[in-house]
Amino acid sequence: MLAYIVRRLLYAIPILIGVNLLTFSLFFLVNSPDDMARMHLGMKRVTPEAIVKWKQERGYDKPLMYNANISGLGAFTDTIFFEKSVSLFAFNFGSADDGRDIGFDISQRMWPSLAIAVPVFIVGILVNITFAMLLAFFRATYIDIWGVVLCVVLMSISALFYIIGGQFLIGKLLHLVPISGYDTGLSAVKFLILPVIIGIIGGIGAGSRWYRTIFLEEINRDYVRTARAKGLSELAVLFRHVLKNAMIPILTGAVVVIPALFMGSLLLESFFGIPGLGSYTIDAIRNQDFAIVRAMVFLGSVLYIFGLILTDISYTLVDPRIRLD
Amino acid sequence: MTDRSLSAPWGRRPLLSVLLAVLLMALITQISSAAWNNPYPGSDSGKNILYSSFSERPKHLDPIRSYSSNEYAFIGQIYEPPLQYNFLKRPYELEPLTAERIPHPRYYNAAGREISANGGAKVAYSVYEIHIRPGIRYQPHPAFAVDAQGRPRYLSLTKKDLKNVHSLADFPYQGSRELVAEDYVYEIKRLAHPRLSSPIQGLMNEYIVGLKDYAATLAKAWKQQVAKVGEDKAFLDLRDYPLAGVKVVDRYTYSIKVKGRYPQLLYWLAMPFFAPMPWEADRFYSQPGMKERNISLDWYPVGTGAYMLTVNDPNLRMVLERNPNFHAQFYPSKGEPGDRAKGWLADAGKRLPFIDKVVYNLEKENIPYWNKFLQGYYDVSGVSSDSFDQAIQFSHQGEAELTPLMRAKGIKLLTSVQTSISYMGFNMLDPVVGGYSERARLLRRAIAIAVNYEEFISIFANGRGMPAQGVIPPGIFGYVGGKAGIDPYVYNWVNGRPQRKSVAEARTLLVRAGYPGGRDIRTGKPLLIHLDITGGGPEDKARFDWLRKQLKKIDLELVVRNTDYNRFQEKMRKGNAQLFMWGWNADYPDPENFLFLLYGPNGKAKYHGENAANYSNPKFDRLFEKMKTMDNTPQRLALIKRMVNIVRRDGPWIWGFYPKQFVLYHSWYHNAKPNQMAHNTLMYRRIDPQLREQKRAEWNRPIIWPLALLLLLLVVSLIPAIVVYRRKERQPALIRSRRAR
Repeated sequence: MLAYIVRRLLYAIPILIGVNLLTFSLFFLVNSPDDMARMHLGMKRVTPEAIVKWKQERGYDKPLMYNANISGLGAFTDTIFFEKSVSLFAFNFGSADDGRDIGFDISQRMWPSLAIAVPVFIVGILVNITFAMLLAFFRATYIDIWGVVLCVVLMSISALFYIIGGQFLIGKLLHLVPISGYDTGLSAVKFLILPVIIGIIGGIGAGSRWYRTIFLEEINRDYVRTARAKGLSELAVLFRHVLKNAMIPILTGAVVVIPALFMGSLLLESFFGIPGLGSYTIDAIRNQDFAIVRAMVFLGSVLYIFGLILTDISYTLVDPRIRLD
Repeated sequence: MTDRSLSAPWGRRPLLSVLLAVLLMALITQISSAAWNNPYPGSDSGKNILYSSFSERPKHLDPIRSYSSNEYAFIGQIYEPPLQYNFLKRPYELEPLTAERIPHPRYYNAAGREISANGGAKVAYSVYEIHIRPGIRYQPHPAFAVDAQGRPRYLSLTKKDLKNVHSLADFPYQGSRELVAEDYVYEIKRLAHPRLSSPIQGLMNEYIVGLKDYAATLAKAWKQQVAKVGEDKAFLDLRDYPLAGVKVVDRYTYSIKVKGRYPQLLYWLAMPFFAPMPWEADRFYSQPGMKERNISLDWYPVGTGAYMLTVNDPNLRMVLERNPNFHAQFYPSKGEPGDRAKGWLADAGKRLPFIDKVVYNLEKENIPYWNKFLQGYYDVSGVSSDSFDQAIQFSHQGEAELTPLMRAKGIKLLTSVQTSISYMGFNMLDPVVGGYSERARLLRRAIAIAVNYEEFISIFANGRGMPAQGVIPPGIFGYVGGKAGIDPYVYNWVNGRPQRKSVAEARTLLVRAGYPGGRDIRTGKPLLIHLDITGGGPEDKARFDWLRKQLKKIDLELVVRNTDYNRFQEKMRKGNAQLFMWGWNADYPDPENFLFLLYGPNGKAKYHGENAANYSNPKFDRLFEKMKTMDNTPQRLALIKRMVNIVRRDGPWIWGFYPKQFVLYHSWYHNAKPNQMAHNTLMYRRIDPQLREQKRAEWNRPIIWPLALLLLLLVVSLIPAIVVYRRKERQPALIRSRRAR
């Protein structure tokens, strides 16, 4: 298995270079270093000299990818692309365009993101599995039909509606939790209740329908009939046999997103004023802060690759027939 | 049949039972205690704390770089330039802050001989001597900390010393020292620092004697430093580099020498660019390892102001606390007529500041902020378009007033016309709408009449604006209201108020311009007007449709060229736009700061200036050059009127509107008078924390019965499920198997 993991990690290097190249190209296709300087220097009284100075300070005064003034390898290394990219592979994200250390900011902002994402993920999966099992148990009854209808309704509602509706009902009308905000330590709990509940409810529709389909597929297999023939109760059949065998498709979807939980949720973080990584990325795009954008895209790619490797490993844990060679 | 999985666990699990009981008790205690939805710690209840918010983190808190209102909201309370605006008086009036008095310039001719104020064109230099009040001290800060021998504790740190330092709070010792003239000189020198991009460096290069050369000197010295010790250790102690035009006269006096006359310098002296910077702070933040920890002047300001920044977590909150070393400053005892009746002189003569602490929370969206304001968790609020109808209604006379819901809460409304203008500009370099021919003038005038800004304000700004008649907004010297102040090319004075000229008149102008029926008489082709704009939301689409409709009234086709922000800016810089929407927010309350937007040598395309329309009229330019150095006298007013008439005739702008600010505040918030110019207004505000506490408790009682109802519904909905479950379990296996299939 170790050889497999090492091989996958080596495959990741060209992928990451490609992602970095793509991010760089896309970003500079719509933003020139001059645009970035203007965005940072503001609207008023910006002189060409100030723009030149700003670019020099941050190393954006060089050619983008090829320096025609230098011969040899320097033509590629004395460029914005090379200078801004190479340090990423050592996880040195450098400074944002406003001078803040990106690594420090990420280390600070990942915790609020995790504080929402982890409970939403864990409780969400439990709720979805339970609800899906319930629907599978009551399959072909009114409970199942109305359950599926409910799922479709929940899926059809915009996430924004859950957020604004939740804030209005729970925070504004019932005065049960703060409408928005965040705090550190245990004080964060009262701010997390509402976004976590909304995150879970928002995911019930799609999650439960997906898991229900998986369970129904398993329920019709021979081993289930054998279990029933053995005289096991329906609950025992579902929980001891069907659930275990349905774990592979569930894991495929679930494990891959675990590392990406770091990246946060844009809407929830934005509306609840939670200072996570989701809002960090969006702010950077809005402010044309290339340093943060490339760092976050790079980190996202690394986490995604890591998630895929984790998924593969988890297969071997739930299904002994699978070997990673 | 019994199912073990369904049996209740608590009977056999005492620990779980105890835990549940504790949780239940905690819940009951919570129910009986204060509001559940209070976003602030319970320990802050009843304290003299003001709550506000920020939607995005300020980019710069270094006064030499900062140039936006969201940054000034913080640094305006921390840094103290020598002058300030009187909090109450209107028109805006400068008064000393740390200075002893308003400096009066002395004038010199080219030979360096002092001449009288009437020296006119002969004035080669003006010298402002500023005397600082002795005894003003800086906020406590580690940069000033000294040991028992009087040596600085933290000015020779190594990276190793900073191992466990993550913020300023990690330095156990702090100190302070007296403010001296050298600190003001130091800050002015920083305008030319090679590592700092000050937005006003270009402008000040034109005025402060020697500043341009000084930048070159510092750049050279910086290179040498970097070569010698490396970039992370490089530091320029600006005290060692003299600047010709700015000098320390004595401990409390410094002088600034500017080229020619520049009376606007006094306004700049009320802005944070000219606040003091102690060299110790510059040295402290320049040490190796500080930048990596985000410990910089951009993040931790050091000032003498009423407040100091004690928490700076721009991802969460920023906190200003009362500066214990703040000098004696008192609430003004004179204002404008009507201030006493409004209660704005109730605190006259009292020592400032009133509020102990100000907490700014990160609040990215308007809706949560608004709801928290209604719950009493924010003290002041603007009115966003989302909540406008809930808060504001218009009386039969068209006056904005609060809705009954707001009045019931004791919320109050303040409106004020801002010292800014939002307008549509014609690119004067454009071959169709630009230029100074009569044909082009008539075309612009016809369009200006057709675009009904009264309607625009009503539809798109919720009535929050005042149609503009010229470039200078109310409150600025040179503004003329009433009949004498209307633009006679676009408006008539009817029944005591300005009335936009009719569409028929606009059509007539169009015919005279050679575009009858919207077609060019020379070519017979329909005239297309291109509006260059950036934006693309649904609200913008409605705006574009409305604009198309306006031009359609005079048979002109409007083509909206919507691009992203960067491309739009590029078009403006290159002078490729035709018609565009633009705005300007005053730096200072002087007509020069608006009229310069139409000064030829400020043209955007040719000179990278702020004259976005690229308007250039030699007559206007000559008058501007004369007017800008004058005091606010009747002669100056006469010049301004002539200038305004020139631009009204040429019509490079559709005047647009002066935005109105609507501010809502709670009954416990006092001294709310808006001041568009002053940045240090926080120290004048006062709150009544007891009243706030009482109102919060009254407005935020938790309502829990819907939760109980929800629980009951869940339980009830389980009953049919249990029935079905039991029935299923009792069925013979064969039927179940068939159903499953």
